[in-house]
Amino acid sequence: MAERFTKSMARNMYMGGSLFFILIFVGLTMDTVRQMPDRDNRENLTEAVAHGKKLWEDNNCVGCHSLLGEGAYFAPELGNVFQRRGGEAGFKPFFKGWMNAQPLGIPGRRAMPQFNLSDEDLDALADFLEYASGINTNNWPPNIEG
Amino acid sequence: MKYESQAVAMPYFIFALVLFVGQIVFGLVLGTQYVIGDFLFPEIPFNVARMVHTNLLIVWLLFGFMGAAYYMIPEEAETELHSPKLAWALFWIFAAAGTLTIIGYLAVPYATLAEITGNDLLPTMGREFLEMPTITKVGVVVVALGFLFNIGMTILKGRKTVVNLVLITGLIGLAVFFLFSFYNPENLALDKYFWWYVVHLWVEGVWELIMASILAYVLIKVTGVDREVIEKWLYVIIAMALISGILGTGHHFFWIGAPEYWLWLGSIFSAIEPIPFFMMTLFAFNMVNRRRREHPNRAATLWALGCAVMAFLGAGVWGFLHTLAPVNYYTHGSQITAAHGHMAFYGAYVMIVITIISYAMPVMRGRPNGNSNQAQVVEMWGFWLMTISMVFITLFLTGAGVLQVWLQRLPESGEALSFMATQDKIALFYWLRLISGIGFMAGLVVYLVSFFVGGEEPQLEKA
Repeated sequence: MAERFTKSMARNMYMGGSLFFILIFVGLTMDTVRQMPDRDNRENLTEAVAHGKKLWEDNNCVGCHSLLGEGAYFAPELGNVFQRRGGEAGFKPFFKGWMNAQPLGIPGRRAMPQFNLSDEDLDALADFLEYASGINTNNWPPNIEG
Repeated sequence: MKYESQAVAMPYFIFALVLFVGQIVFGLVLGTQYVIGDFLFPEIPFNVARMVHTNLLIVWLLFGFMGAAYYMIPEEAETELHSPKLAWALFWIFAAAGTLTIIGYLAVPYATLAEITGNDLLPTMGREFLEMPTITKVGVVVVALGFLFNIGMTILKGRKTVVNLVLITGLIGLAVFFLFSFYNPENLALDKYFWWYVVHLWVEGVWELIMASILAYVLIKVTGVDREVIEKWLYVIIAMALISGILGTGHHFFWIGAPEYWLWLGSIFSAIEPIPFFMMTLFAFNMVNRRRREHPNRAATLWALGCAVMAFLGAGVWGFLHTLAPVNYYTHGSQITAAHGHMAFYGAYVMIVITIISYAMPVMRGRPNGNSNQAQVVEMWGFWLMTISMVFITLFLTGAGVLQVWLQRLPESGEALSFMATQDKIALFYWLRLISGIGFMAGLVVYLVSFFVGGEEPQLEKA
């Protein structure tokens, strides 16, 4: 690097640059949090949904599936599974049947464990997935397959 | 070794490498499950193996960073470590907590682990990479505080070099951002938003400070280039890392509910994230070319150069490949992400930890000029086997990802293949990835064998 660019100039660039962008980031985070109520589907965040989220976490579903594209890539995306598997009318029956049928036991096929959830828990988990599908994701995923 | 207390780094490095082996074993399990879906089911379901694989990675890198700090900071500060006893105590606490957590993952269903560790009181579990029980997280915070106190006191009483200041800034940042792992709102969008405060601001933020300072330290040692020059580079690199990386967090906010302006901000700032990595490559090669001495530990120099190159490729190039919002719309959460993740973590963080181990371990074992030539040759075989294998893992996952996007993401609804049907179509790439993974394991074994190769210590040559 040119000799005219001194170490103290480099240090100032580091200190000043990072402080500046940290402040901007904090500001944008505050703005994001302010805008979230219009986007994050919180009006449908019921007690059952919160319980469903807890079940989602306690059973480490994200260890195989992705949710809004985040998680593991071993099993299907579930952010839009509500729409993919029946929507308002058909999702819950499909979901309960699916969960209770695990593991499918097809040799060589990726296998999902049986989590032994009660009917009430399955309702809550389905409610959580329905709520997640209502978050404004800027139209992601590109199609119904997730 | 200039100060006796630096030796406390040794158990940290050894344990890190032990966990590294565990990580790769479970990586092979996962790679097998990708092609033989019910392999080890139901004993070790995919999610359990994945949790072990990723958490072992994180924990062994933390062991590596701590070992690096215990080794570098006293020497840079020109004083003994504040308390070697504390460092030893924290080593055992962290090793025990980590081992118990892994055993917990493997021994009982995750839901049971959540229940017995009190996840109902403060739910923090079940989120990617932060799966460890809440009490383990508390343990990590305690260990981090003790560790920061120990190295902080050492820095305060000694010489304050730029390397030390940057390193401790990175480590403090690591501890501070980890605190966001305790924030887990019921609101999924907010949960995800602040989850990235841990994950992104670690690996694309403060960890880069740690990486750059370790690289700078090793380059000072092996090249003998004037400290002033190296420190100037270090400042510019970390300046660029934070200037690009902080708002670069926005590339994770595209599709999780955050406002649309993140599409622009995330794309623009993450597009400049490769620059600090490119500068690290320039930096490493420049310093080695301008070296004032021929350090006989050529293996350490190779790791330093390789780390800079692979970090640029994995984090820089493979990150840029899918970071622009219009591209990421199709690639988000596909095997492209997995390809990037593998090479970036290996290139940037695995290799930097091995770089400092390669430099420091021989010194701690009483060989200030490095291991014997025979041992170094074996170590370099390990380097090439692991690195080339990782290149292939990345290329095959990229191939799988491109096909996945082509079949599953690009067509309209109705035309697109389902997830599972797509996975069947790309199975060949997963087989090739698994074979590359076995190559990686072989490289790791060769690397570990190099620690046990004897021979005479090389002599210092004049440049």
